[in-house]
Amino acid sequence: MQNIGLVLLLAFGFSVLGLMVFIWSMSKDFFGSKSGAGANVIFGAHEIGLVEDPAVSNTSELQHDVGDTDASMSVQEIKDRQLADASSALPAFAWITGGVVWLVLASLAGLISSIKLHQPDWLVDQAWLTFGRLRVIHLTGVGYGWSSMVGIGVALWMIPRLLKTPLIGAKYALVGALIWNLGVILGENAIAQGYSSGMEWLEIPSQIGVLFVIGGALAAIPLFQTFANRKVDHLYVSVWYIGGALIWFPILYAIANIPGLGAGVQGAAMNWWFGHNVLGLWFTPLALATAYYFIPKVLGKPIYSYNLSLLGFWSLAFFYSQVGGHHLIGGPLPTWLITLSIVQSVMMIIPVYAVAVNHHMTVGGNFKAVIHSPTLRFIVLGSMLYVAASVQGSMEAIRSVNQITHFTHFTVAHAHLGNYGFFTMIMFGAIYFIMPRVVDWEWPYPWMISAHFWLVTIGFATYFIGLSIGGWLQGEYMLDAARPFMDSVKVTIPYLQARSVGGSLMLIGHIVFATHFFLLALRYGSSKSEVVLGAPLIDKLSKKKAKGA
Amino acid sequence: MSGVINEKKIVLGALAIIAFATVALVVLPYMQLKELAAPESLKPYTDQQTLGRKVYIANGCIYCHSQQPRDANLGPDGKRGWGRPSVAADYVYDKVHLLGTMRTGPDLFNIGARQPSADWHLGHLYQPRAYTPGSIMPAFPFLFEARKGPAITGEVAVVLPPAYTKPGVTIIATQDALNLVEYLKGMDHTYKIKKTVKESFDKLNDVSGKKETQ
Repeated sequence: MQNIGLVLLLAFGFSVLGLMVFIWSMSKDFFGSKSGAGANVIFGAHEIGLVEDPAVSNTSELQHDVGDTDASMSVQEIKDRQLADASSALPAFAWITGGVVWLVLASLAGLISSIKLHQPDWLVDQAWLTFGRLRVIHLTGVGYGWSSMVGIGVALWMIPRLLKTPLIGAKYALVGALIWNLGVILGENAIAQGYSSGMEWLEIPSQIGVLFVIGGALAAIPLFQTFANRKVDHLYVSVWYIGGALIWFPILYAIANIPGLGAGVQGAAMNWWFGHNVLGLWFTPLALATAYYFIPKVLGKPIYSYNLSLLGFWSLAFFYSQVGGHHLIGGPLPTWLITLSIVQSVMMIIPVYAVAVNHHMTVGGNFKAVIHSPTLRFIVLGSMLYVAASVQGSMEAIRSVNQITHFTHFTVAHAHLGNYGFFTMIMFGAIYFIMPRVVDWEWPYPWMISAHFWLVTIGFATYFIGLSIGGWLQGEYMLDAARPFMDSVKVTIPYLQARSVGGSLMLIGHIVFATHFFLLALRYGSSKSEVVLGAPLIDKLSKKKAKGA
Repeated sequence: MSGVINEKKIVLGALAIIAFATVALVVLPYMQLKELAAPESLKPYTDQQTLGRKVYIANGCIYCHSQQPRDANLGPDGKRGWGRPSVAADYVYDKVHLLGTMRTGPDLFNIGARQPSADWHLGHLYQPRAYTPGSIMPAFPFLFEARKGPAITGEVAVVLPPAYTKPGVTIIATQDALNLVEYLKGMDHTYKIKKTVKESFDKLNDVSGKKETQ
């Protein structure tokens, strides 16, 4: 037993060394002679310096925040971008709309579940409304409904812009959205009726889960077709994240659904290999791809360090993929497996550091723009919470901390910091940018964007702070042998109530958001023409036209 | 520098990384543990217990109850009467693992030993607060039938504390409730783990620790 530690350490040392060599060789390829070019690939030839956020009501103000500029786009570039945006509009709309509907339904299920934890005799007569089913309906709805659908939708929309090539085969993605949606509907029904598989994150029966594989594959077809016909040489960092995510998810989901793999304690290892990878190799890369595109694009400023983003990508993939065992610390599993996961969890500091520095250095000095741009407001907050969630996750994997937080609501709060504070906030920001381009219409009521932001931010802060304190106390009480177990239940009640208050604000925020979303889709309010690509661009475009005439 | 190489690197790199993680967290544990023998005193689930286990899964009991007492150096699980630390061999008959990640309620790995009474379980499922004041476990009335009049022969009527009964109303357990209780009563892993089982597990542990590096 003693030499396991040494052997593990050696294995770990070798893998990190290998990773470093790998990244070094990659960076040689990318930056040998054309250093920095990769970061500029998302801009037109003379576009750097020009802001873009179709969600702002006053583009010149945003431009002023960042600094006035002579930068411009050629008429051809603008036409190309309009073509690119038009090519992805329909499939992006289908996937995102599905996501928004599931967000509202799943938050409602979450809120009812939350209330049930302090009102245990509420809504108990129907089997499908019992906590143990409704909680899964919530998780499945936000995971496979909202997060997956909006993530794919935003990725589909970004791809033509990242590759400067109109999306090829949009119809496949459209059919994919319908099939995926059907999968969520059937999956939620199966859970409501008690046909859960029994494993966390994998509750949907495999017979229905196969629809996700088909729907996801159909969404991937246009991505890879466009990839093959692309007009840019450089693959921007967002493309790696999207490509990685689309390769990883089907493999993860297919392996996890192999019959018999859930049996025994080895089933628990598989379960959390999947459970954490669906976060680390599916949701996280989709949201990081989004942040890596929109932060520089809105500001008109290339990402700070392209090398750092490279390091971030490969170290995220490597370390994150092995952290699953930290959900089983103290459990009846082989020690080596859990130790491996703890070590890799702590190593997650590296990719997180890469993203944190990169985003901070890009946004730095432009905080006025963050206030004025709805897109940035959500995405920068999401990026900051990504760092917080990841550092917290690394800490929670350490045995002494895990001893307290394991089995408590603290973990639930942490999960929401990741999937809500980080992922969902970034997706809100992206939707505010994307939808005016999809519908060719401005957001009708800017006050609704503000209301949405403050409702979900205050609501989530209440949720997170309340539940974290409650969970920590719960853990300490549980470890205190002098206290009866019931003390660890009773101490959480006020904090569970706080969670319901925060959750209510979040749900109201989501209803405001969804209402605004559908008002935009129905083209309510008065559109201003500047929404097409932003006022300064249109000015320049018309000036050039005048010159040409 | 060609773009094709970049694409290949992304795809191959992504595949290599997931393959590595899958070997470490799925394949190796599977190889290591699939041949593990059950402890002599552990009996396979009866048909009724298997059905009860399905009710446990369907209603998401796992989201509040773990099935994995931990070692004394990690918490007072033993002192709370939850049993000795569980070992991998205790789970060989579990077709889907139900280790759980939450303890909103207590660990249930030995609930059958702590509460062997079917009456207690049935009443507690019908109204947890009749037995544990302050409990936040949901009541499960949908696993029971409330009827005016007495139970018919063959039916099981729930015995509730007087404060929770209604005059003339009999609470009858459904087959699902009876199956679930049968499963819970069977949750007894208080048998001693023989040294041989422990040793074989440690040995396996060692072997795969070395395998990991190859």
